[in-house]
Formats: sequence, structure tokens, C-alpha cells
Amino acid sequence: MEKTLNKLDRPNSYIGRSVTRPNAKRLLTGKGRYVTDMKLPRMLYAAFVRSPYAHAKILSVDTSAALEVEGVHLVATGEDLAKLCKPWVGTLDHFHNMKSTPQLPLATDKVVWAGQAVAAVVARSRAIAEDAAELVNVEYEELPVVTDIDAAREEGAAIINPELGTNVSFALKLESGDVEAAFKDSAVVVEETFRFGRHTAVTMEPRAIIADYNAAEEQLTVYHATQTPYQFQDLYSRHYGIAESRVRVVAPDIGGSFGMKLHVYHEDMAVVGLSMMAGRPVKYTADRMESFLSDIHARDHRVHASLAADASGSILGMKVDDVTAIGAFSSFPRTSVVEGNQVVRLMGAPYRFRNYRGDLNVVFQNKVQTSQYRAVGHPIACAVTEALMDDMARRVGLDPFEIRRRNIITQDMYPYTSPTGYKFERLSHEECLKNLHDMMDYPRLVKEQRDLREKGIYRGIGIAMFVEITNPSPAFYGVGGARISSQDGAIVKITPSGEVQCLISVGEHGQGTETIVGQIVAENLGVDRETVRVITGDTDVTPQGGANWACRGAGIGGETAFQAAKKLKENVLHVAGAILQAKPADLDMQNAQIVDAATGNIRMSLADVARISYYRSDTLPSDISPQLTVAHHYSPRGYPFAFTNGVQGCHVEVDVETGFTKILGMWVAEDCGRVINPMLVDEQVRGGAIQGLGAAFFEECRYSETGQLENGSLADYLVPMALEMPDIKIMHIETPTRDTELGAKGCGEAGTAASSAAAINAVNDAIAPLGAHVSQIPMTPQRLLRALGHA
Amino acid sequence: MSERVPIALEVNGETVARTIEPRMSLADFLREELELTGTHLGCEMGVCGACLVLLNGKAVHACLMFAVQAHGERVETVEGLTERKAIADIQEAFHNNNALQCGFCTTGMLVTAHEMLSRGDILSREEIRDGLSGNYCRCTGYQAIVNSIETVAQARAVAGAAPSKPE
Repeated sequence: MEKTLNKLDRPNSYIGRSVTRPNAKRLLTGKGRYVTDMKLPRMLYAAFVRSPYAHAKILSVDTSAALEVEGVHLVATGEDLAKLCKPWVGTLDHFHNMKSTPQLPLATDKVVWAGQAVAAVVARSRAIAEDAAELVNVEYEELPVVTDIDAAREEGAAIINPELGTNVSFALKLESGDVEAAFKDSAVVVEETFRFGRHTAVTMEPRAIIADYNAAEEQLTVYHATQTPYQFQDLYSRHYGIAESRVRVVAPDIGGSFGMKLHVYHEDMAVVGLSMMAGRPVKYTADRMESFLSDIHARDHRVHASLAADASGSILGMKVDDVTAIGAFSSFPRTSVVEGNQVVRLMGAPYRFRNYRGDLNVVFQNKVQTSQYRAVGHPIACAVTEALMDDMARRVGLDPFEIRRRNIITQDMYPYTSPTGYKFERLSHEECLKNLHDMMDYPRLVKEQRDLREKGIYRGIGIAMFVEITNPSPAFYGVGGARISSQDGAIVKITPSGEVQCLISVGEHGQGTETIVGQIVAENLGVDRETVRVITGDTDVTPQGGANWACRGAGIGGETAFQAAKKLKENVLHVAGAILQAKPADLDMQNAQIVDAATGNIRMSLADVARISYYRSDTLPSDISPQLTVAHHYSPRGYPFAFTNGVQGCHVEVDVETGFTKILGMWVAEDCGRVINPMLVDEQVRGGAIQGLGAAFFEECRYSETGQLENGSLADYLVPMALEMPDIKIMHIETPTRDTELGAKGCGEAGTAASSAAAINAVNDAIAPLGAHVSQIPMTPQRLLRALGHA
Repeated sequence: MSERVPIALEVNGETVARTIEPRMSLADFLREELELTGTHLGCEMGVCGACLVLLNGKAVHACLMFAVQAHGERVETVEGLTERKAIADIQEAFHNNNALQCGFCTTGMLVTAHEMLSRGDILSREEIRDGLSGNYCRCTGYQAIVNSIETVAQARAVAGAAPSKPE
């Protein structure tokens, strides 16, 4: 019987099915409601006065002319807001000896990056606020600027934060096995210095916030384009001294986030204080130039790494020295060292060597903060590891697939602990590698490459394996003292008409959280998914939780919904059993009916159970309490992270005369555990891969020596467009985690984790016959021409 | 700077009249004055395409025009195109293919797709990708968007002309 009936053929089977997103219809008709669209009665608008210097003392701030402008309600200085807002410090306890200085919404005595907000104007319209902001007169005394990643650590360098006495925020040394012996015993060593350009998230909707402080109720309501409303409820409460229960953060439709919209931004904190000062709602929307200046950047790394192998290409050890520059402060509350920490811990992750040394130095510089952005640290660890693997393959005369096959962690080795301490429950490197090889038709590409080279056409094939960190447990932030939740909560209820509502703490930013939660709840309760309404993003309404970061939506949010729905089903069947005088265990739910579990015969409708429970509980036995609402919270308790894995392939053609690269093809074999909605996972992976390709070829926040951002607009900071990007073929391998019943892990970082690495390897493969090589991204035409000896 | 001037124009088939500051952009006018927030602002310099609207039937960047320049003209936004069902098939294809994630660029994408498809030719994937080059999307990999437009192009071609050969 089992053989003929597919699981997906059963009624209300949605887990694993590519269903469409109900909420997409709203967005497709222009009826999305983003914070940028919102207007409250008597709302005022804020604009900020920003420092033109990357490092300077503030001598004076004169707001008098700005206050004269008609329509201006107030002008606030750093001192004004410092009276209301407690400072914050971006350190975590488990990063031993980490340093950063206290931050306030607006600069008080000095500025440390060009674009830092110094004063705020609140006016009747944004245009008036901007007019008046130009009239705020700030006197500065310039200080020496530190921009270079190495110069920051040099003897005699200007110290950005004199109270810390150093420009080093954090240093870490990881040592495992005997790396010196491994290198001494090796037959081949490859080494290289890699440079990764600063880039930024560029969400299409810029940061936006409306703070509405009601003094009569001591109530703060904040409409905030954020991924993490609960985190901000906590922060606004603590830093402004408002009772937590009276802080409501609402995150409606969010126009892209990618990790960028979970950090504390100075302007956002300021807006809360400005609303308290004005006694009215205050809105701030970053314009695109402000986004480039003040959104977090990421990936500013210089890595020197070496790999040692025996003559057969078996890796014996790896040494890594990562220096990362983070701006003048560490960001809050997640800190700016998480990326570097993940870089040195993810190095070599797919491979089974035991001898490793990782050095990390996190340094300050006079630029805006860097912090977590999609696939934190992964692209750097992956690019370094995979570029060295290719180099090693060339040196020992192996094909790139073959050297990986020889070194990956194989099925018989799990559970496996990496030399950097990560515990892998079960990954699927062998299967992914084999599938990618087939999917790409690798032998055909290699043959074509050889044939075309004779005609002066340079094509390259690059592959890159990755391990992705998802579903972090409290070991990630909680142990470091950060008030960032690793658990999530769901409330599922049956309405009196027998429909279902699920309020859940994970949010929806377009990735499809609402859809997959609806699928999970509908399948568990045996109802049509159209009858399940999923509600997210309001701290007054939805249960407390960590919300969206580090790919927690399906793995943690999904499991929470799964368990909540299961509990609710038990309750429904308990009530139905009393009504039908049947054992709950003999009943089941299907198509919104209570059925006999054995035969599928309909006994009564779910709507009748609900109607009786809510309106005629007098007819139920007195020991039956009709609990048709359940709340459930879930936090990972097994492995500290649910690691996912995969491998990507990239096919490029480099025009060796112009330095332009065309991406001909992209393939991804990935394993995110149980796939809840293949279409949505495909799109997550594709979108992620494109962000990695952007980093590989276009995206870089370029600064002058004086710390001025030189390309702060979408006209000169290039993001990938449709014409430059390829179709991406995707294949899923499913290795569910056994830590949860659902078995899902995350998939949001997977695309970004390895696509830059695959692209670097492809370009280097293309230009290798010309004796050229690149180890810096983005691989701009200019850099490629330089590598080719043309410039 | 803030002396206000009267303007009157047709927006989504209705005549609207307002007195506004001359420096107000058409995008701000649509969003702030008319509450037509389907027109989004991503870059405010005519690069990202999120603010595209139709001006007398042609796609223009609402962020690059002053509202006063639209005086006496005919403007249609995604809300208007939706209401008169001019893009229903495109919206359906986008929905079925999940050709959007956060949705912020989507309304501009739809205006571009509408204009591209109104030309009536069956478009190749390369042509569709080229035509989308003024529309940035940060969430998708563009592929589902290209698929959707291709699907509609083919369906409209079949519906518009008796198919000569099956495929």
C-alpha cells in the first residue's frame, strides 16, 4: 500500500511541496505596507547632520539658525540625547578581552567616521528637516585618519579610541594538532595572501523607522524595518528606561534585510529619543546615500593562509592569519568580531585534516562599522580554503574534483568534530560533489575549455565546497551576555469557525517564512493551508523569540510551529473524543474533519468541535477543558548548530583583452536538511548566490585615504543586474537533522557562502594558461588586466 | 523654495489637483499626496527602477521627475495597472514562479515587464534580461523573473495569433 501512495498524495500534505506564497499577492499589487509607506497622525520627520570628516574633534555645534526655519520642531545634539539614552558597548563576554568604546545616538565630543550623525533636526516634512540640517553649524578640528588595515596596528599609529590604548579590538589564536610538524612532514605547501573588499547589503528598501512615544501611557511604539523586533523591544526599553511591557516593536513588510537590519544604528536609537523629546511620532528613512554611509559594511579582510599536503594531495594542515577591519566601534549587540571568528573557525570545514592554526586580529579604523551580513564569514573562509585546494590540486597534478574527493569528511566519520571545535552531526559532501559533477556535465565543460583555448577563448571552471552554520543555540550569543534569543515561540489557535491562526516570532522578509509555517501547521492539523493565517512581526501580538538571523526560520521557527500544531491537534482530538465518545488516539484530522484514524471515515467537522468548544462548552463533560489555543516555545538543545553543506560550480569566460568576465553558468548542489518548499529554497539559494557573485565581480565600498566613501550611490556601487547573471541550476540533497522532528536546517547563507569562491576558482582556471592569477575580490576588469600583465 | 504651485493631472484614470512645492518629485507626489505607495523609492537617482510608472503610456522614473512636470499629463501606477487588470497575467506568473521575495523592487519590475510585453514580440531570455537591466533586485537571482516574463510572452503570443505550429 505504502508503495503506491506518495506521501505528498495524502490530503493536506504540504511539507516538501512547492506551493506559492499567499502574501506575495499583496506585494504584487503594490499593496505591501513597508515602514517607508507608513504615516501616523501628527508625524514629524527627522534628518541628520553628518560629519564630513572621518576623524575629528567636535569643537562646537550651533543649532540656532536651524531652529529659526519655519516648520522645524527641534534640533537635538549629542548632549541632548545623551541625557535620555544610556550608552551601549559592542562586546560579548565570551570573546575574551574584546574591546570597544561606549556609543551614543549622536556624536558628542568627536566623530570617528565620515558620515557619523552629529545632530538631528525634526520638522514638519523631511524636506524642511534637510533644509534646516544644512544650517546647523558644526566646528571640527581634524585628527589623523586611520584607514589601512595594516597601518592601524603599526607602532606609532594614531589610536582611534585612546581610552582603549590600541586599535586592536580582539585577537584570537586557535591551535589544534601539531601544525608545525604537519608542515614539516608535508611534500607540498601552497600559500597566498587574499584581499576581500568591503561590501554592503544594499537592501532595496532602505532602513526606516517611526518611533511614537506616548508620555501619558509611558508607551513606546516603534514601526521598524527590522528582522529582530524582540531584540529592539529589549534595547529600546533598557536604553531609554521604558518598561519592557510598554515597548511595542512592529515589523511590517520588510524590503530586504540580509542581516543588515538587525544591528543597532545610531540614527534609529536617536529617533526614539527624538520622539520622546517631540512628544509626537518621528519618522526617519535613510536615503540611498545615507544607506551607503551608515548601513553596516562587511568582509573587510586580509587573509594570509597556507595549506600543506602529502605527495598524493591529502591535506595535512592549514595555517591562517586573518586581519579584519571593523570601523571605529564594534557594532551592537552582536559585535563586529563574529565574522572574523567564523572565518577562522570555518576554514577547511569540509575537509578532514587535524592540524590547524588560526590567528585572528580585529582592528579599528575610521570607517563605518562592519558587522554581520548574509553568510557571516562563510564566503571568506570558503574562498581561501577552496582557492588553496585548487592551487594544491595544480601542484600535485590532480583534478579539482579529485583532490576534494580525497579530502572530504566521509559518511563513516560522523559525528565529526572539526579542528576548530565545530561538531557536525551529518553532512553529505560525497553525494553533493558527485551530483554537482553530473549536473555540470564536467567532462564536457573540460573538453570544451581545451578546444576553445586553442582559439584564444579563455573559459574557466571553478568549484567550491561549503559548510554553512545555521540554527544557532544559546551558545552563540546568549553565553556572551547578549540579550538575543535563540528560542522562538508560536501560538496556534482554532477560530470558532474552524479556521487556524498561527502567531509566530520568526518574521517574513520575502524568504517565505509565512508560507512554510502555514504549510507545516496545515499539514499537522489536517486542514487546507488557505485556512491557516500566519501572523508575524509585532511584539505585542506574537510570542517572544529570536526572529530571523543565521537562517533560523525553518529550522527553529518551523520546528516551533510543528510542535505547537501537534499539541493543538492533541487538544482538538481530546475534545472531539469527548463529544464522539471515542478515544482520542482512534481519531485523526483530515480536510478540516475529525475522522476515524483507521478508516478515514468522517465523524464530525473541525468547525463543529470549535463551535461547541467556544459557544456550547456547557454540553461538554465537566472534566474537559476546551483548549483550542496552544503556545509552544522551542530552543535548540542538541548540537550547538545545525550545519548544512553543499558545493557550487561556476563557469566563466574571461576576455583577456578587456578584463571583462562573463558568467556562463552556475550550479549548486546543496543540503539544507528537510526541504519544506523546494521552490522557496531554490530562490533563497539563487538570490544568495547572486549576492556572492556581486561580491566576486562588482561590489566594493571604496574609501579614499582620508576615509571618504567614494562610491556611495547605486550609480557607482555596482550590484548584479539581470543581464550579467546566469541561470542557476540547483539540486537538493536532504540530510535532515535528527535534533528535531521536522529535520529542517537553514538555507539562506548557502548561496552566498560559496559563490564568490567558485567564481574566483573559475576565473583563475580561465587565466591559468596565461600564467595569471588573482587573489582579491571584487575581480574588476582593472584588477584582471593587472593580473594579466596589461596594466 | 517652498512657494506652492497648483497642478492637475490624470492618475490611474482620475483627475487629481493639488497645490504643491515645485521641488516635489513625482514619486513623492504619488506616495505622499495620493497615498499610492506601490511606487517605491530605492535610489532616488533613476538607477534602480523601483519607482517606475507610466507617463502617457511610457515607463519613466518617478524619482527623476518633478510632479509639476506631470501637469496635464497622464500617469499610471502599479495600482492603476492592477485595477484595470492590464498586468493580471504578469502578476499571476510572478506569483506562480515566486519571482519576488521582499517585493520592494517588484512593482517597478512589473511596470518594466508590462512595457516590454506590450511591444508584442516573443522575447528571448537574453532580451528579457537586457530589458530588465534598469531594475535592480537584491533578493531573487532574477531567473524566476525572467521565467515569468518569458511565460507571459509565450502565452500572449499564442492567445494573440492562431498558433501555426505546436510547441
